Amino acid sequence: MSKIAVYVDHFGDKVAAASWEALTAAQTLAQGLGGEVIAVVLGHQVDALAQEAARRGPAQVLMADDPALDGYVPDAYADTLMALSQAHDIAVWVFPTTMRGRELAGLTAAGLDVGALPDVTELRVEGGNIVAVRPVYAGKLLAKVETAPPAVVTTRVRAFPAAEAGDAAAPIVRVEAQVDATGQSVQSLGFSQAAQGVSLTEASIIVSGGRGVANTNKVPGDEKAKAQKGFEMLGELARLLGGALGASRAAVDAGFISYDHQVGQTGKVVSPDLYIACGISGAIQHLAGMRTSKVIVAINTDPEAPIFKVARYGVVADLWDIVPELIEVIKARGLAKNA
Amino acid sequence: MKIVVPVKVVPDTAATIKVEDGRVTWGDAPLVLNPWDEFAVEAALQMVEKHGGTVAVVSVGDEHALEAIRKALAMGAKEAVRIHDPALAHADVRATAQVLAAAVRKMGDVDMVFFGRQAIDGDTGLTPMYTARALGWPFVGLVSAFPEMDPAGRTFTAERSVGEAKQTLRAPMPAVVTIAKEFAEPRYPSFMGIRKASRAKVPVWSLADLGLDAPAAKVRWPEITMPPKREVKVEFIEGETPREIAEKLVDKLIEAKVL
Ligand SMILES: Cc1cc2nc3c(=O)[nH]c(=O)nc-3n(C[C@H](O)[C@H](O)[C@H](O)COP(=O)(O)OP(=O)(O)OC[C@H]3O[C@@H](n4cnc5c(N)ncnc54)[C@H](O)[C@@H]3O)c2cc1C
Ligand SMILES: Nc1ncnc2c1ncn2[C@@H]1O[C@H](COP(=O)(O)O)[C@@H](O)[C@H]1O
Repeated sequence: MSKIAVYVDHFGDKVAAASWEALTAAQTLAQGLGGEVIAVVLGHQVDALAQEAARRGPAQVLMADDPALDGYVPDAYADTLMALSQAHDIAVWVFPTTMRGRELAGLTAAGLDVGALPDVTELRVEGGNIVAVRPVYAGKLLAKVETAPPAVVTTRVRAFPAAEAGDAAAPIVRVEAQVDATGQSVQSLGFSQAAQGVSLTEASIIVSGGRGVANTNKVPGDEKAKAQKGFEMLGELARLLGGALGASRAAVDAGFISYDHQVGQTGKVVSPDLYIACGISGAIQHLAGMRTSKVIVAINTDPEAPIFKVARYGVVADLWDIVPELIEVIKARGLAKNA
Repeated sequence: MKIVVPVKVVPDTAATIKVEDGRVTWGDAPLVLNPWDEFAVEAALQMVEKHGGTVAVVSVGDEHALEAIRKALAMGAKEAVRIHDPALAHADVRATAQVLAAAVRKMGDVDMVFFGRQAIDGDTGLTPMYTARALGWPFVGLVSAFPEMDPAGRTFTAERSVGEAKQTLRAPMPAVVTIAKEFAEPRYPSFMGIRKASRAKVPVWSLADLGLDAPAAKVRWPEITMPPKREVKVEFIEGETPREIAEKLVDKLIEAKVL
């Protein structure tokens, strides 16, 4: 019986939660196409990850545990997935649309010479075809796309509910890594500077700052010094709420904060439950990255700012007056998720 | 060294995109070089400035693709080719990649292909991987720097972000890469560059020129629609003091079950 395989994306010992969302999407495909869902875990010393995957509902977990797979090695990973496709009769691969997920999905689809449906938000089976909906033109339009299996699908982060962990554990089967013996492929030389905190795309709460963050007389110094203090304050609010810190491109371009934090058409596309935009005007390229957030709060001194057109709650005021009070209220009411 | 940059023309990021009679329209908004491809052109120019060689751009598309090609030429690319064939009307990403791979082979002696991260119309970001596999070349995604680029030794190292950390990779040449925004701000074309680009004759290749049959699309796009309008009416939170506003806002967020 052919299988639907889910790639479990992780870095070090932390699984990208979107992998469990991909598992849910895979179950939908299995119901429509027939066949069972399996999870695939690659890496070094990934026993615990494989065990976690085993409790989230797959029929089986394939695990390649090899020092040569330590960290993330794109070619060795892609080659291993290719080998598994054949050996385990995998009809459809489902990846979460994380950085690594997208890269491996592309390499796998190309290597297998099959069609790919990237970054889908809905998925079903019609007449034996995989039919999906995906946002295009930065979410301004929705495209229905379809392909026949064998195929590769990637699921947009936070578009599907995560498969819950249960008590029953699926069997874990060890498989071989495909490691390049000739040294002709891409080799990883190592990693540096691990980023900290909650990942922006996976966060359920995001506090974002724009150029307005630098606009205050409450702290001394030049614009950059003010902005740095401002982003520290927004970061504190994000941390208390268990969320992540975002920014507009104007804030990134001005050097207030690093590009990893940029939300928008040329940054990250996010869809949290709560998005708090502070001192962001709401340019169309910014909205493209956050307009599907469930609840948007805008804090802006300009009542005409376009951000208020997508916001559910608006505060026309100086963010430097409001944010410190929000921090105090959240602490005082015991709503802080982190001390 | 010779670097090829595949470029795509797209509606401007500020365009209002709509579907009318099942077709995508963007009013009188201009068509521009895909913003992500600007970074790839910039990176390629920097590499040949350092190591010698030329940058060539290639675009699969109708005459509108000239907008993208001319911008890249104005920035400093020396060669360009456009690929157009009626048989490519329903090409999917995989088919486009096969065409690009054939073009790279035909151009000859290509050391590297620098892609943009994704095209802001289809937003797929998969053309680069398909092209790499079609060429049988290694692939490195989202490069922010090349600490080493050694065309004579046929190898390079690349730095890129994997989200949680920065990764350094080594790969042999020729190779396919995508360039990330962190690489460098794209330059503005010079006045001379713009003049030269506006006069450039851009050759057009057909599938026959590439020795290809019409590639069959595996992915179909039967329908494209406008997303349902989100009926949000902003509720302004007011109060005598910032504290009062903060209290009220927190009440609302608890009510909306997001805190
Ligand atoms: C090709 C292209 C791609 C782009 N991609 C992106 C992208 O990915 N993401 C992105 O964000 N942008 C992107 N942009 C840029 C975008 O067009 C805007 O320039 C940018 O989003 C503006 O950022 P901002 O809202 O922080 O700044 P501004 O537009 O300057 O707005 C600042 C806001 O802060 C308010 N303000 C000022 N002081 C205060 C205060 N003390 N308290 C409260 N409010 C205050 C002001 O009223 C104003 O509304 C892109 C542009 C192009 C051309
Ligand atoms: N029609 C095309 N012609 C040339 N290059 C293209 C074309 N479509 C996509 N590309 C390249 O592939 C990258 C990724 O595009 P996509 O996979 O369509 O998101 C772009 O940034 C371009 O560098």
